[in-house]
Amino acid sequence: MYKVIEKEILHENLVKMEIEAPLVAKSAKPGQFIILRVDEKGERIPLTIADFDRKKGTVTIIFLEVGKTTKKLGTLEVGDCIESFTGPLGEPSDIRKYGTTICVGGGVGIACLYPIARALKEKGNRVISILGARTKSLLIMEKEIGKYSDELIVVTDDGSKGRKGFVSDALKELIDKGVKVDLVMAIGPVIMMKVISDLTKPYGIKTLVSLNPIMVDGTGMCGSCRVTVNGEIKFACVDGPEFDGHGVDFDNLMLRNNRFREEEGIALKRYMEEQWQCIGMGKKHGDKA
Amino acid sequence: MVIKHKYEMPEQPPKERIHNFDEVPLGYDEETAVKEAERCLQCKPKPCTKGCPVGINIPEFIKCIRERRFDDAIKVIKESNSLPAVTGRVCPYENQCEGNCLLGKIGEPVAIGRLERFVADWERKKGVTVPEKPPSTGKRVAVVGSGPAGLTVASELAKKGHEVVVFEALHAPGGVLLYGIPEFRLPKEILSREIDYIKRLGVEIKCNVVVGKTISLSEIKKEFDAVFIGTGAGLPRWLNVPGENLAQVYSANEFLTRVNLMKAYLFPEYDTPIAVGNRVVTVGAGNVAMDCARTALRLGAKESFIIYRRSKDEAPARREEIAHAEEEGVKFMFLANPIRFIGDDAGNVTGMEYVQMKLGEPDESGRRRPIPIPKSNSLMQVDTVIVAIGQTPNPLLTSELKGLKLGKRGNIIVDDNQQTSVKGVFAGGDIATGAATVILAMGAGRRAAEAIDEYLRK
Ligand SMILES: Cc1cc2nc3c(=O)[nH]c(=O)nc-3n(C[C@H](O)[C@H](O)[C@H](O)COP(=O)(O)OP(=O)(O)OC[C@H]3O[C@@H](n4cnc5c(N)ncnc54)[C@H](O)[C@@H]3O)c2cc1C
Ligand SMILES: Cc1cc2nc3c(=O)[nH]c(=O)nc-3n(C[C@H](O)[C@H](O)[C@H](O)COP(=O)(O)OP(=O)(O)OC[C@H]3O[C@@H](n4cnc5c(N)ncnc54)[C@H](O)[C@@H]3O)c2cc1C
Ligand code: FES
Repeated sequence: MYKVIEKEILHENLVKMEIEAPLVAKSAKPGQFIILRVDEKGERIPLTIADFDRKKGTVTIIFLEVGKTTKKLGTLEVGDCIESFTGPLGEPSDIRKYGTTICVGGGVGIACLYPIARALKEKGNRVISILGARTKSLLIMEKEIGKYSDELIVVTDDGSKGRKGFVSDALKELIDKGVKVDLVMAIGPVIMMKVISDLTKPYGIKTLVSLNPIMVDGTGMCGSCRVTVNGEIKFACVDGPEFDGHGVDFDNLMLRNNRFREEEGIALKRYMEEQWQCIGMGKKHGDKA
Repeated sequence: MVIKHKYEMPEQPPKERIHNFDEVPLGYDEETAVKEAERCLQCKPKPCTKGCPVGINIPEFIKCIRERRFDDAIKVIKESNSLPAVTGRVCPYENQCEGNCLLGKIGEPVAIGRLERFVADWERKKGVTVPEKPPSTGKRVAVVGSGPAGLTVASELAKKGHEVVVFEALHAPGGVLLYGIPEFRLPKEILSREIDYIKRLGVEIKCNVVVGKTISLSEIKKEFDAVFIGTGAGLPRWLNVPGENLAQVYSANEFLTRVNLMKAYLFPEYDTPIAVGNRVVTVGAGNVAMDCARTALRLGAKESFIIYRRSKDEAPARREEIAHAEEEGVKFMFLANPIRFIGDDAGNVTGMEYVQMKLGEPDESGRRRPIPIPKSNSLMQVDTVIVAIGQTPNPLLTSELKGLKLGKRGNIIVDDNQQTSVKGVFAGGDIATGAATVILAMGAGRRAAEAIDEYLRK
């Protein structure tokens, strides 16, 4: 069992949790993830290691409540336990001195970007960060990432914070301005990573993306997480999650991420109904049914 | 008088069982078991024992059943096999003990597998007694992987007084017995009792530890006096044909793991989903393929097909499993091979193109090589595909330890004592042999336990 040590609600449905998992914390590196199962009947879902503290033996996760599992996770309070928590999984980011690196983060992907940006900065790179969100209130970790960035550009779809537009517009501008870019690291929604990769390809700028296919075991045993990179099958959980953005078949990834839509809808609806019943019976939101 | 046929073992009728996940064969009762045991000739050369990969003294335990000394029967089996309730269900007896039985020359062999299962179940009902703890040797052994190989090593070494810690990547122990073989062939209740027994022997099982990621093998080596690697053959093989990445194409491992480990057959009571269409095709004809095709029916598929590039004679699955699949209505397409899967705009599978095959000269495996027949292509409508054409050893851990010699297919090379090229590191089961059987993994586990014990006492 893995205890919730701290919990912070970053936004309505965006939650940060610090989990006690000493073995994971001891080996964690930027770019890796964990797989957790909230309870005995739960699904195994991957979440990026947003931070870790080796001394305290804790790992921080930041997640967006999108479906049953993440909503259930969000109901846990400090002192509650997660049934299983495995990691660190995947290959760590290749942190080297590249020169000028641009870290592009969108939505909850910004949380995944944070430890990488920090490590890139600590390795002596010039770090320019471009963070994007739909609207001001959804923008996370601006301060944290800003601390490790030589330059920070904020973009919102609706212009409520920073510039109006998309992260790709900001990146294009930098390139057009003649900034010599050695690496672009892009993490966010699949469509964002696709647009960024398409943008940098003609310029030959090395672009890494962190993929988020549906996973089960996370050890390379099942192939649920397979993605096509440069025409080859790769397992994101062991070969990735980071890949060369110019070789990734993003369209296939989007299709495969939708393969359980119907079931996910059923699970969520049922869960919400159960929650409502609990409230109706005078229990507080989050009590286990 | 010799009775030529095995006494029947009752089974759930096919029409009923395809609607549930309960066990299919129901086991002998006491009277039938004793009658079946009486068929044994108690011949002196014991060809059955020679056919058993772990060398169970078969005529002896059968004699005990005959004399209704079931306690003694289980003792005899447990001298050489620590998981009889499992092997009594999944062993390929027909190629092993029963294949060698003298009675087989004039009729059916003694139903050794059913008798093994009977005594194991009898013991389970009665309650298993745990042997007393031997004095501690003060030595510590790490076992990586909790499949049949790892569990056997762990229990044998614990019985010899060593401290054993098992590291398992998944959230529960058992390996393929847990995530691969379905409930209707091996009820998980049986597995959990066996694991409980091993824990009561004093073995500590640490789940959620991926060795090579959570902790490195080198760290483990420093902390323990010896290491056993039993990580299995968990890497799925693909056909490498177009369309294999469409949404409704599963590897057998994904399909079975969702259903067995994650209990997707109980969705939405359990959270993990599985999506199965009306027409499911499973590629391959091993035990794994039979498990997938039969599982698909239980999940509501209207039609479940098996497509295999060789003929029925070459199919590697156990005869009993093929027969079970046939009874349940699985449709077999032999001498046919998919060359492409076709999808719609949403990325869902809608069809399969395949070719007819014929058999040519024997290849290196000794089986006749399948050759495509030109211009024999056909199209077939399918909406779910399961690729069950084999697994190879998972490189996650073996790539980490320097000096560990690997074979061509990524398997760990071991000597007759399961010793690897690194001192103090032993290996066995599918990681050494490539995908094989439960009993071979257990046999390797026993040999390794002997060798580790000797190594530690030196
Ligand atoms: C390597 C990796 C790192 C990730 N890191 C983060 C993170 O740091 N923060 C965060 O909020 N999200 C992260 N995700 C996505 C997160 O795993 C999904 O949001 C989560 O699984 C949704 O589960 P659910 O039951 O709440 O929603 P559901 O309703 O079940 O699903 C919503 C969507 O999430 C995806 N999904 C569903 N099940 C899985 C699964 N088992 N594995 C992967 N994706 C699934 C599907 O695309 C689905 O359409 C990461 C994914 C991967 C692969
Ligand atoms: C669907 C299916 C049906 C089968 N049917 C039969 C049958 O009827 N009869 C028969 O005799 N055989 C059958 N087999 C084959 C048999 O199950 C295997 O040969 C046997 O389980 C091998 O045992 P093992 O201990 O070597 O490995 P496994 O059972 O594969 O166990 C290996 C364990 O190691 C764990 N592991 C892997 N890597 C790591 C790591 N880095 N760190 C920690 N843990 C790790 C895995 O999670 C797993 O739990 C079947 C196999 C399958 C897949
Ligand atoms: S999640 Fe199973 S192989 Fe990657």
